[in-house]
Amino acid sequence: MDLYLGIDVGSVSTNLILIDHQGELYLSPLYLRTQGQPIAVLKQGLALLEERLSATDRICGAGTTGSGRSLAGALIGADIVKNEITAHSVAALSQVPQVRTVLEIGGQDSKIIILKSGIVVDFAMNTVCAAGTGSFLDQQANRLNLSIEDFGDIALQSTNPVRIAGRCTVFAESDMIHKQQMGHTLPDIVAGLCEALVRNYLNNIGKGMEIKSPVVFQGGVAANAGICSAFRRALETDIIVPQHFDVMGAYGAAILARDYTIEHGCETQFRGFGVTLLEFQNRSFICKGCPNACEIIEIKQGKEVLARWGDRCGRWTVAESA
Amino acid sequence: MKITYPHMGNVCIVIKALLTDLGLELVLPPPTSRRTVELGVRYSHEFACFPFKLNLGNYLEAYELGADTILMAGGVGPCRFGYYAQVQQQILEDLGVKMEMVVLEPPDVSFHEVKDKIHYLIGDLPWWQVFKAVRFAWSKARAIDTIEEKLLYFRPRVKEPIKLEGYFRETLKEIDEAADRREVERVVNSFLKKSEIMPQLSVKPLKVGLVGEIFTLLEPFANYDMERRLGLLGVEVTRSVWLSAWINEHLCRGLLRVRTECSDDKKLAAPYLNSFVGGHGVETVGCTVGFAQRNYDGVIQLAPLTCMPEIVAHSVFPAVSEDYQIPLLTFYLDELSGEAGLQTRLEAFVDLISAYSRKKEGVL
Repeated sequence: MDLYLGIDVGSVSTNLILIDHQGELYLSPLYLRTQGQPIAVLKQGLALLEERLSATDRICGAGTTGSGRSLAGALIGADIVKNEITAHSVAALSQVPQVRTVLEIGGQDSKIIILKSGIVVDFAMNTVCAAGTGSFLDQQANRLNLSIEDFGDIALQSTNPVRIAGRCTVFAESDMIHKQQMGHTLPDIVAGLCEALVRNYLNNIGKGMEIKSPVVFQGGVAANAGICSAFRRALETDIIVPQHFDVMGAYGAAILARDYTIEHGCETQFRGFGVTLLEFQNRSFICKGCPNACEIIEIKQGKEVLARWGDRCGRWTVAESA
Repeated sequence: MKITYPHMGNVCIVIKALLTDLGLELVLPPPTSRRTVELGVRYSHEFACFPFKLNLGNYLEAYELGADTILMAGGVGPCRFGYYAQVQQQILEDLGVKMEMVVLEPPDVSFHEVKDKIHYLIGDLPWWQVFKAVRFAWSKARAIDTIEEKLLYFRPRVKEPIKLEGYFRETLKEIDEAADRREVERVVNSFLKKSEIMPQLSVKPLKVGLVGEIFTLLEPFANYDMERRLGLLGVEVTRSVWLSAWINEHLCRGLLRVRTECSDDKKLAAPYLNSFVGGHGVETVGCTVGFAQRNYDGVIQLAPLTCMPEIVAHSVFPAVSEDYQIPLLTFYLDELSGEAGLQTRLEAFVDLISAYSRKKEGVL
């Protein structure tokens, strides 16, 4: 079968997905922890995919997104390297064509995307603080001795969520401890945390945005029923969580790769699953050409330089990172 | 007297031409770099604006090279720039850095004061020599604007933008080294010829207007090479502030005839913003409306973090965006801005305006 590969290399997870011509999912998506080793995880993911493919399957296009999109794009030979905002909105549109608002909360960043008649009209990302993101929840769950998977369901048992100061992660934590000492119940505290996170998100990222329904909620944190219900209450509207909410970035990248290769009628640049066997060397160095002292990042395969970026003047640039 | 002054984009070339011809000895700080930022940040108040910190870094680096006198511009109005020189002087004093600060307040406020300061610096130089120096410096200002404009125009169009940037840098250096006006003209023409014959792409680039605070607009280091990033994403950038237009308006009382695309935009700020808010707040709003009226695909506002005039301007953006149906994006920048997030937002914005423009043309 002709397939399209989408890869989302994020700060916390690396997701791989395959779709067919119609945009239907082929096999189940892979959700792997990046653990600070994007290259190793990428190779591992590709190897896992290859095992599951049959001899007649063929990759006709590949796209990458996420904070590691340039790196992943250079390694696998992506046809298209796209930012997360575009990838997420494309994915949301494919699931809910009428979507007006996309809430996306990932491991370390969160975004909001406003759409109108199928095109993005406004967006925002967190720029100063990661208080409203998955890592924050992870940390707090840890502190409460809960597994992050149970977090949401415990929140739903609450009848009276406590109010937790959620402007800043550090203060939220001390406020939460304070509430524990006061004798509030665990479900009330957990539900309070969910509400604090939602408040923080809407105040920081949703500031000045007109949030209209249908609202689609995606990203890893959408798994959390407590957060979903807090959003539902805060926005007074229904929240749609798509089936594959946690791999929507990769899904968007796959759709973009499909559309790109079809529109341009070109052969894919995908270097094949053989890349899992190759050795890549990555290194960074400081350019001494001028006082700017740019940090140059270089990816090599054997003697061949696959990509190099990070310089302001362009003297080192091999592949454009955009 | 070894004079130095802070960097703002390529302004240093112009001032250097002027002061050298006036017979002054100069010690320029090295180009603004990470080290400049480190020095400036270390000795500035945390919430000082980014330009303030970079200025301070420039002084300290120039001091290391032997400079003893700083030439700095002053300002009036609600923008904090008016206090830069005084506060910076105090910081230098506290650090035990012995440098004299000569502050040139805007001549439209107190012409006599400026005259006295200039007299202090250059003594009794014959007027024709001053006139010659100003004319020479002016020719360099115009030259720099011309090649920058062409760079912005051609970068999204040519097949080898990196090569074009190479030509640009060479030409800039030649302008700096040029000894007379004829030489300046020659190197500019040679750049124009070289860039015009470069092979071009067939796609029509998107057009984005760049508005905001002047230092952040003119200093690529402060705006994280915004023009370059946009150009390489296939966007033709038009800046609202040009060096020569700015000199003309603020230093020559508009006596010279300099026309830029945005010359008349200031009055378009009303009804969104009706009063002077300091800095370039009114211009930012006016030019945004101007770009919208000229059918640009989008406008990007640049400002240092905590910049009050730009925050006021930003606050009326939703109304402008709604009335003209034009996408607007604002970046507040300082030494802590994350490059990855900035690039992601830029790429997303370019996708956004590209979809918008295709929709307008009925393709989508």
